Amino acid sequence: MSIRHGLLALLERGPMYGYQLRAAFEESTGATWPLNIGQVYTTLSRLERDGLVRPLPENEGGQRPYELTDLGRGEITVWFATPISRTDRPRDELAIKLALALTTPGVDVQAVVQTQRTATVQTLQELTRLKSRSDKPGDMSWRLILDAMVFQAEAEVRWLDHCEASLVRYQPPASGGSTTPATADTDDRTEAHR
Amino acid sequence: MILELRGVHRTHGRGETAVHALRGIDLAVAAGELVAVMGPSGSGKSTLLNLAGGLDSPSQGEVLVEGEVLGTLNRKQLARIRRRHVGYVFQDLNLLASLTAVENVALPLELDGMGVRKARKLAAAALDEVGLADLTPRFPDEMSGGQQQRVAIARALVGERRLVLADEPTGALDSQTGESVLRLLRSRVDAGAAGALVTHEARHAAWADRVVFLRDGVVVDTTSPVGEPEQLLGAQA
Repeated sequence: MSIRHGLLALLERGPMYGYQLRAAFEESTGATWPLNIGQVYTTLSRLERDGLVRPLPENEGGQRPYELTDLGRGEITVWFATPISRTDRPRDELAIKLALALTTPGVDVQAVVQTQRTATVQTLQELTRLKSRSDKPGDMSWRLILDAMVFQAEAEVRWLDHCEASLVRYQPPASGGSTTPATADTDDRTEAHR
Repeated sequence: MILELRGVHRTHGRGETAVHALRGIDLAVAAGELVAVMGPSGSGKSTLLNLAGGLDSPSQGEVLVEGEVLGTLNRKQLARIRRRHVGYVFQDLNLLASLTAVENVALPLELDGMGVRKARKLAAAALDEVGLADLTPRFPDEMSGGQQQRVAIARALVGERRLVLADEPTGALDSQTGESVLRLLRSRVDAGAAGALVTHEARHAAWADRVVFLRDGVVVDTTSPVGEPEQLLGAQA
């Protein structure tokens, strides 16, 4: 998640100071990505350095609001118009874990899959519970974020189901590095467990 | 406890060709609780639901509905339990095309000997609860898929019935309509029914309080009960 673009998008609504930005960010994302105030100010000073925001005079309470510059407005327009590339996301630790589980002696891959599936479905249940309690029209932003997390978790479960189905049919290469399939009388499932 | 399965086994066939559909299942569903059963094809999900509804008998073990052991009942008594206490929602609705919504919902009550007027009144109230008060005189083919599924849920929970068994109830519905059906099922369970939901979709199972994972007729794992929203927000943060 780009805090930088998040703050720019919020400033599109009008000038805000640090604490207001933090509160607005958390409100928009349902506290899914909590920010500390230090991150907000560090990001604001970088945005100012890059000419995307400019500070306004302090208000009576001693808080300094920031506003978008034309450059900042352009940046946010481009951000909204550009899809997020999957390659920009961190490597998928779960996929790597399963790949390693398959080739590590003594690991029950099906158990690894099930442990993950239970955890992911549990997360789905929690997200769904939150969703079922957010029925007010004003909760729409929050519901969109919850739905994004729900569909991502669901996709993970479907992928795990797919992995499990593949594992049932999986025949590991014979020992010694050969790629010859296991003999016909091998119990697939037992092999997949290894 | 509304539904209990104790050490339930179900074997189809004998000897070498025997298929062990369920092997030692223990499951309890209380009032106000929705339990989802997930598992790959052939894992025993539908067999479990059929046993819970008295549509099939276990080879070993006991199934109890509202405290009554189904195996000790004669055919007539079993039919009475099924009509009075158990409601079903299937993927393929099973609404009768020649009956209106209110007649479909009233049918199980009328079959149980209730007078037509009283049965229709209860059916209309059940349709009102699922948001279909205005559609009581419509025939199934005059309603959308989501509306028909709402009728099926009203029918499953009309009268005294407090156990609803749902087998892939969102089958052919689009994502939004499917979700509204689950919201409805959830709210009926929150109002005091007990529910068992069989589904292969995690997003739908997630509406349950507990998700039970079946594989090869055995429960391989279960999720823990879901906490309250405040705790969850903390967990998300």
